[in-house]
Amino acid sequence: MKRRFAAMAAAGAAAALVLTGCAGGGGGDNGDQPWTVAEDVTIEGSATFEAMQSAGQIVIGVKEDQPGLGYLDAATGERTGFDVDIARWMAAELGFGEDQIEFKAIPSANREQELVNGNIDMYVGTYSITDSRKEQIDFAGPYAITGQGLLVAADNDSINGPDDLAGTNVCSATGSTPIQNIRENYPEAKIQEFDTYSQCVAKIEDGSADAVTTDALILLGYAAQSPDTLKTVGDTFSEEIYGIGVPKGDDAFRDFLNTALEEGGETWTAIWDANLGETGVEGEQPAVDRY
Amino acid sequence: MGVITDNWDLWVDATVGTLQIFFFGLIIALVLGFIVGAMRVSPIPIARWVGTAYVNLVRNTPLTLMFFVFAFAVPVVFEIRDLRLLGILAIGLYTATYVAETLRSGINTVPVGQAEAARAVGMSFTQVMGHIVLPQAARSVIPPMMSVIIAFLKNTTVAAGFSIMNLGSIRAYLSERGENAMVVLLWVALVFVVMVFALSGVQRYLEKKWRVAR
Repeated sequence: MKRRFAAMAAAGAAAALVLTGCAGGGGGDNGDQPWTVAEDVTIEGSATFEAMQSAGQIVIGVKEDQPGLGYLDAATGERTGFDVDIARWMAAELGFGEDQIEFKAIPSANREQELVNGNIDMYVGTYSITDSRKEQIDFAGPYAITGQGLLVAADNDSINGPDDLAGTNVCSATGSTPIQNIRENYPEAKIQEFDTYSQCVAKIEDGSADAVTTDALILLGYAAQSPDTLKTVGDTFSEEIYGIGVPKGDDAFRDFLNTALEEGGETWTAIWDANLGETGVEGEQPAVDRY
Repeated sequence: MGVITDNWDLWVDATVGTLQIFFFGLIIALVLGFIVGAMRVSPIPIARWVGTAYVNLVRNTPLTLMFFVFAFAVPVVFEIRDLRLLGILAIGLYTATYVAETLRSGINTVPVGQAEAARAVGMSFTQVMGHIVLPQAARSVIPPMMSVIIAFLKNTTVAAGFSIMNLGSIRAYLSERGENAMVVLLWVALVFVVMVFALSGVQRYLEKKWRVAR
């Protein structure tokens, strides 16, 4: 009964998030960041950068429901996570401090459109580099590599990898690449789809879903948040390469970000340790791909 | 056109999903709406109160919240795990309130004197409704009822966020497959235009069939 009540409370909290639309303010303590805000930055021939400078701010698309990666604390309005800190770092390299960043939470399915429309200057949020996406936008980076993994209840011993999924309920974000992969390659699994991973995690907690699948990094964040009830299992069974989404064709802007990533190895490690170090997974910065 | 032909499986699944929610949801909405509408005009006070309470409670609730309650709270309390069934229940119960109110407005178009005359010659409540009021009410109710049904058809897309594959899910899928989201949405809109045209056809047919000289 206690668990049932907890699940109800979780559903209620998730409902509150959905219904309020999650208006969020900036935040973040300006104590000991591993980066410093650059001054007098110029980027020759970058329309994106010019627009940012004349606006006096940078608009960055992020996730806000992924603990450890891109998360908005609804109570304090503070954004935390690996991706968010990478975004802050890149903004700092471009000469924008915390008070000049406008974070915008954008669901996965809208990312390309928001970049194409120019509503955001860049997107940092578990954004996998794919060829089809490159037709609409460009990627700086990669800044992280992961793969599809599985998250199950801590007391679930029957699922140890994707081959154990037959007949189980597998949950992920609507239409996301991981769930399309399951639909195609593991057709015996039953599919559940919701707008956010948090809703899938709520489904595990109330017993309706058996596993949540998406990039292992995202799942690690949830497991780290509630180690008593959730765990990740098995090896990753795909490769996802996270990049920073930028408007298509602005090569000067992309080169600038790539250089910043290449020269900032220590900053990268510091950001990883601060956000995901507790999971015990050793982070390694991937080499930048200047295509 | 490649958006459709390259992803044929998805469009078929999604259209079937939409029609499934529409068909089963419509049955719930019409049957329940008819009952609740009858309750609201019934001579029994309790039935009127229950009908009024149901309509006012559910009609004043956002559809997304209805889905949310059915997808996340109902499974915990009632142990129903089938998300497709839960979604159909959510939208069916929601639409039933509109059906009920539309029916009631139709009933109100029949002059009270006719019902009183029918009672005076000894008809029961069921006979008054069945023989005198409803046949006339049905005619005047067709256009607004079709509007309710069309709105319901379009409302089914909300189910995409609650684990029921339908035309509303397509954008998320194809955006992951690298298609332009705006183009995809235009195609989805076109499919809906076609389906709504079909419903308008049904409306024209019924209006013609039941037309009376007044």
